[in-house]
Amino acid sequence: MSSILIQNGRVIDPSQQIDRVTHLLIRDDRIAGCDVEPDGEETVIDASGKIVAPGLIDMHVHLREPGGEEDETIASGTAAALAGGFTSVACMPNTDPPIDSQGTVEFIRGQAARADHCNVFVVACVSKNREGKELAEIGQLVEAGAVAFTDDGDPIYDPELMRRAFEYCLMFDKPVLNHSEIRELTGHGVMHEGLTSLILGLPGMPTAAEDVMASRDIALAEATGGRYHLMHVSTGGAVDTVRRAKRRGIRVTTEICPHHFTLTDENLRSFDANFKMNPPLRGAGHVKGCIDGLVDGTIDAIVSDHAPHAKEKKMQELDQAPFGIVGLETSLGLVITRLIEPGHLDWSTALAKMTCNPAHILHIPKGTLQVGADADVTIIDPKVRWTVDPTEFRSKSTNTPFAGWELTGRAEVVIVGGRVKFDRR
Amino acid sequence: MATETVDLGTVPDSWTRRHLLGLEELSAAEITLILDKAMVFKRAIVQGQRKIPLLTGKTCVNLFFENSTRTRTSFSLAARRLGADTVDFSSSTSSLSKGETFIDTAKNLEAMGVDVVIVRHRTPGSPRLLAENLQCSVINAGDGPHEHPTQGLLDIMTVRERRGSLEGLTVALVGDIAHSRTARSNIWGLKKLGAHVIVCGPSTLVSPRWAEIGVEYSYSLDDILPRVDVLNLLRIQFERQYTRPFPSVREYAHLYAMDHHRLARAKSDILILAPGPINRGVEVTPDVADGPQSAILEQVTNGVCVRMAVLWLVAGDGPRVDI
Repeated sequence: MSSILIQNGRVIDPSQQIDRVTHLLIRDDRIAGCDVEPDGEETVIDASGKIVAPGLIDMHVHLREPGGEEDETIASGTAAALAGGFTSVACMPNTDPPIDSQGTVEFIRGQAARADHCNVFVVACVSKNREGKELAEIGQLVEAGAVAFTDDGDPIYDPELMRRAFEYCLMFDKPVLNHSEIRELTGHGVMHEGLTSLILGLPGMPTAAEDVMASRDIALAEATGGRYHLMHVSTGGAVDTVRRAKRRGIRVTTEICPHHFTLTDENLRSFDANFKMNPPLRGAGHVKGCIDGLVDGTIDAIVSDHAPHAKEKKMQELDQAPFGIVGLETSLGLVITRLIEPGHLDWSTALAKMTCNPAHILHIPKGTLQVGADADVTIIDPKVRWTVDPTEFRSKSTNTPFAGWELTGRAEVVIVGGRVKFDRR
Repeated sequence: MATETVDLGTVPDSWTRRHLLGLEELSAAEITLILDKAMVFKRAIVQGQRKIPLLTGKTCVNLFFENSTRTRTSFSLAARRLGADTVDFSSSTSSLSKGETFIDTAKNLEAMGVDVVIVRHRTPGSPRLLAENLQCSVINAGDGPHEHPTQGLLDIMTVRERRGSLEGLTVALVGDIAHSRTARSNIWGLKKLGAHVIVCGPSTLVSPRWAEIGVEYSYSLDDILPRVDVLNLLRIQFERQYTRPFPSVREYAHLYAMDHHRLARAKSDILILAPGPINRGVEVTPDVADGPQSAILEQVTNGVCVRMAVLWLVAGDGPRVDI
């Protein structure tokens, strides 16, 4: 029997409202409890001055495998996850082939097991071949281990398909995740429609494109009783729509990416494609609306939308460069630096959005330090100042807008299933 | 041929730029410097000088990824009058059709020994991308709807020549503001030199957000016409419109075409510009385009002079030159 004692850390477990300096004991692959005294454990980790949290969960990442191995593999993406402090990720199905069959789900789980870095939960396609026409074989995908359904990369466009997805997933109690975008409104857009796009002459993506589909999906969730999760919310309007829907008891949750509470459309003045993502960086008013949503609990989860793209793809004209940025290795630092340090969120609230909240949305047995839970633990150095250096990324891709940023706080030790998988000390 | 000394001297210390990417980033002093030098070139040309060899031994490449006749010819003439060699590159004959990236194409050309890349591209920011990746000078000859700095400069030069100064003038840019790089370069240049700028056109092409940077906007040419000193009639950029912003060309012409009825209600000394190529009968009727208030052909002449000034400032190093 192996054991690890994490000593003198500030243990913060939002799932149990724990926030105190104590010891945490891991026995084999399980949490054995807090408040224990040293008793000859095999491994002792001194966590004085550190935060001991349930293993972080990023419920929205693109691992690119199969089909996009030049951008990322399951091995490199999960290594990046560990370095970012994540013990679990949920990967999106816009691979090639898309994750719409049991075989592909099993392939991904197999690759993740072989890489043996962090837990990988599979989010599978709502529609066959991710074409937005007919439902994929959701029941069999659930049996293969899929935890949620989406056509991410593209919105679920047909409202009838969305309605059927809500209804059908109810049978398995799975959420439907949707990228909210009315394509006729975004058109050839490469950035948020606002004063900056006007000045730069770049085609804009209006906020209404996101707001309209979010409202549609809420109406469909209400009509069906389905579980709707709005992906990567970026507008003040959509945040407010979710807020009002929650008050009315509709089963809706949402998530936000660090770049959407950190950057604005004005960053595109550099014409750097590393500021091009979808949804686009919005104006300052929307950033404030999103932070308000984080503070009042409207926004449940923080996700990276880790979207690796090889350098030669991003180093193109803005209209040619693909949308998206890597985020696994900067997410925690941005949460600490931009949400906790300025006082928007306390540690427990912020960590809830990266632990128990996403676990609850996906119904996965993670994100807690309860006795008997899987021994996934992230030890965070909350004070360390560090500079983002993309050449040190474990990810195969370096498409980040945060190169050179000085951030506070990052993961120091990451334990997955009772084994130390990452140690920066 | 009269021989006289045009005292240009070396490129002034006040000019530090290797590239010309847009007018937004220039100061009023830098714009004025370009215009002053352009006037020196214009005087020399008017006096019959065909060559002013300030860029002898330099090579300029026209790297045009969008169609252009006027601008490319104007840049070529400007470069040749300065004694530079010019090479034309058009995307239809290039390796781009074989999958080479835009930056790689430009780097290959640079490796052949190019001093100035004059680039036109459909995508805003592409000239900046080149400037960040090349050692040579980059001049923006139009990047999508973003900027077309030499067009803005030649428009402003034409107004300045006729009126002496931009200070206090009311300049209306009329038409497809949303898709016009000429509008954007004019807005920055005109504002920096003290003009009041109005953008005017259909509400689908004229954003109220322009007011946020101190530009007046109007949907009615008839309303603003009596107080306008200069009218710049922009072309409808059908090729850049992904969706139809107005019901018909006929309706557009009805609301915005500058014809003799409208001219009669304008200031008697109104100056009419058009960056061309004009759609006769859409933005302006032939009688107005060819009338005494029109400076359309002067703009073309000034275009060569402005481009000579820009080429010399970004690429010139020589001492005083006798011509």
